[in-house]
Amino acid sequence: MTPLRSLIATALAAGLASAAAAQDAGDNIAVAYEEDGRYFTADDIPTYNVAEDGTVDWLTFSGFRRYHSECHVCHGPDGEGSTYAPALKKSAVEMDYYDFYSVVVNGRENGNSVMPHFGDNRNVMCYLDDIYVYLKARGMDAVPRGRPAKKEAKADAIQEDENDCMG
Amino acid sequence: MRKLPLLTSGIALCVATMASANDDLMTQMDDPKQWAIQTGDYANQRYSELDQINADNVGDLQVAWTFSTGVLRGHEGSPLVIGDTMYVHTPFPNIVYALDLADEGKIKWKYEPRQDPEVIPVMCCDTVNRGVAYADGKIFLHQADTKVVALNADTGAVEWEAVNGDPSKGETNTATVLPVKDKIIVGISGGEFGVQGHVTAYDMKTGEQVWRAYSVGPDDQILFDPEKTTALGEPVGADSSLKSWEGDQWKIGGGTTWGWYSADMEENLFYYGSGNPSTWNPAQRPGDNKWSMTIFARDIDTGEAKWVYQMTPHDEWDYDGVNEMILTDQEIDGEARKLLTHFDRNGLGYTMDRVSGELLVAEKFDPVVNWTTGVDMDPESDTYGRPAVVAQYSTEQNGEDVNSTGICPAALGTKDQQPSAYSPKTEMFYVPTNHVCMDYEPFRVAYTAGQPYVGATLAMYPAPDSHGGMGNFIAWDNINGEIKWSIPEKFSVWSGALATAGDIVFYGTLEGHLKAVHAETGEELYRFKTPSGIIGNVMTYERDGKQYVGILSGVGGWAGIGLAAGLTNPNDGLGAVGGYAALSDYTALGGQLTVFALPN
Repeated sequence: MTPLRSLIATALAAGLASAAAAQDAGDNIAVAYEEDGRYFTADDIPTYNVAEDGTVDWLTFSGFRRYHSECHVCHGPDGEGSTYAPALKKSAVEMDYYDFYSVVVNGRENGNSVMPHFGDNRNVMCYLDDIYVYLKARGMDAVPRGRPAKKEAKADAIQEDENDCMG
Repeated sequence: MRKLPLLTSGIALCVATMASANDDLMTQMDDPKQWAIQTGDYANQRYSELDQINADNVGDLQVAWTFSTGVLRGHEGSPLVIGDTMYVHTPFPNIVYALDLADEGKIKWKYEPRQDPEVIPVMCCDTVNRGVAYADGKIFLHQADTKVVALNADTGAVEWEAVNGDPSKGETNTATVLPVKDKIIVGISGGEFGVQGHVTAYDMKTGEQVWRAYSVGPDDQILFDPEKTTALGEPVGADSSLKSWEGDQWKIGGGTTWGWYSADMEENLFYYGSGNPSTWNPAQRPGDNKWSMTIFARDIDTGEAKWVYQMTPHDEWDYDGVNEMILTDQEIDGEARKLLTHFDRNGLGYTMDRVSGELLVAEKFDPVVNWTTGVDMDPESDTYGRPAVVAQYSTEQNGEDVNSTGICPAALGTKDQQPSAYSPKTEMFYVPTNHVCMDYEPFRVAYTAGQPYVGATLAMYPAPDSHGGMGNFIAWDNINGEIKWSIPEKFSVWSGALATAGDIVFYGTLEGHLKAVHAETGEELYRFKTPSGIIGNVMTYERDGKQYVGILSGVGGWAGIGLAAGLTNPNDGLGAVGGYAALSDYTALGGQLTVFALPN
């Protein structure tokens, strides 16, 4: 087994174990604090924020856009899944953040069902937190299908991070 | 409709051959009892002279036999029938079965290539394959990983292999191949990965590469003669592609070639279209991006382009130009013309003179098409042949990070690859269409080799203020540019049509129905629900005096992605996102061939 394969296998096993741990979803969802326009749980895991009037945080909106550019050609609109790829809105809620991250970076393979590795793709990696919190919001039904109608302004810090990352 | 004298059928077109042509395949295609090529014939008419099953008796059609392919992904294309053998292909892993029709469909041989599963995720939109081809005693398979394989038609033994592309750069294959004369002509997929699209000819006997013609790039790569290659009657001049790109962007410029190919043996030309320029963000690639979105007429022997016509300069919507080019011989104003008819993703039905490349007709084949007011048909005009873009729907003019809403058609086009049929009896084209619109928001993306290079967010929904469905099956008059009749369908019609001398037209639906309608009126005469949604193409053959109709079921492809969970319209108002019909409420995965016949 190559080191890469072994890493994936480990990540997969960790993913199964963490699915049970994530049943107490509140810990993985609830906003504990905000920093420069980004929202986090008490465990410092990125999460979404939806105001009472439906305004979503910038990352959730950005994640909607990036998901429908990079992911939806396999995983279907709005994280709903397709005839051959799973509904990621569920994965984002059920999987541990770091495992989710690992699968996107390294890819994984299950017979003829193959997730590619996106580790060297800046269009994905620079926006992975965006995609993750968007899918988590979809999985929790915190945002409906389709384009979020209202969004927070893009914080300067987020723009700077984007510029650094995209080069 | 006007009754015009029937000049030449598709079969007659094929008879007009040359000494060096592939006589074996020609003979097979001339015999309506066979189904020797995916497209029905070189003219791509998908018309059969068989008439045992006809408008009077098709209502009695029954299932004669079935075959499970063992694969559960999108099944495009159709089987071939050559003599006693039927050849059935599957999506990835691209299995080929040879079934013995003389022995109740017993499996004579099976070929399963070994392919790296890493190719799967590089294939945009499912792992479909549009079928094998036959010629010279060989079956030709163009695999997902771009390997072209020639199999002995009797034994399945590999006779030669050639590698056409590099999946690590995003080059893959979904299309069939065109066997013509002593060559196999093949295309490439990967427009969403920034590849430089090309067509390539291989020697039919040995698999050696004969020539390669790119869609974008320098003249010696695109095989253009600046003085002889014409666009709308004028020589294109030097560097016609390079001048339409900024810097060296053409190197990742797209223009892939994954559609259906046709050929005119008299003219020694073959015809096909090129796909979208990469990326989907038009602001990142200024210029006309030639020759993406283009109809090509190339010499079969040398690959040199005789004429080109770019339908959608500087694409802003992903309207690939790859759909089939249907060749017909018809009269216009009393004059016999050699025509090419093409139903583009952009929603326009084009009729051209296939010898000269003159543009004769360009009209909308779905009235909801709104991104253009139409094509400039005045040869004296500076914008001759160009579509006039409506500013409201221009994702270029609205700019990056702006969501342009209500664009019709959606990126999947008023019609995608699902091939149309033509009946020389009615002189009508039968066209499977999508009736879907979209919102499109382009944004900046970076290029990484072998990674998706898209750069736009899309939301798709059924055409507003229409019948609520996502498809139509239409009959089209290519001389007058008019819809003759239109059948509304709940879902996009993603199945290739078949017209027959029995005055009927067959097509499949995404719910899984095989339908037969009257060729003159569109009246439904028969339907049968097969085990899974249909994105395959209807074929027919005759054996022991009995006519059969065959269709592959197995939902997937683009349709299986966008429609599996249903579409929603984000413009229905805040908090009122309406759910539309979900395909998953009607059908599930499958992989089956169903063959129909009349009762004994």
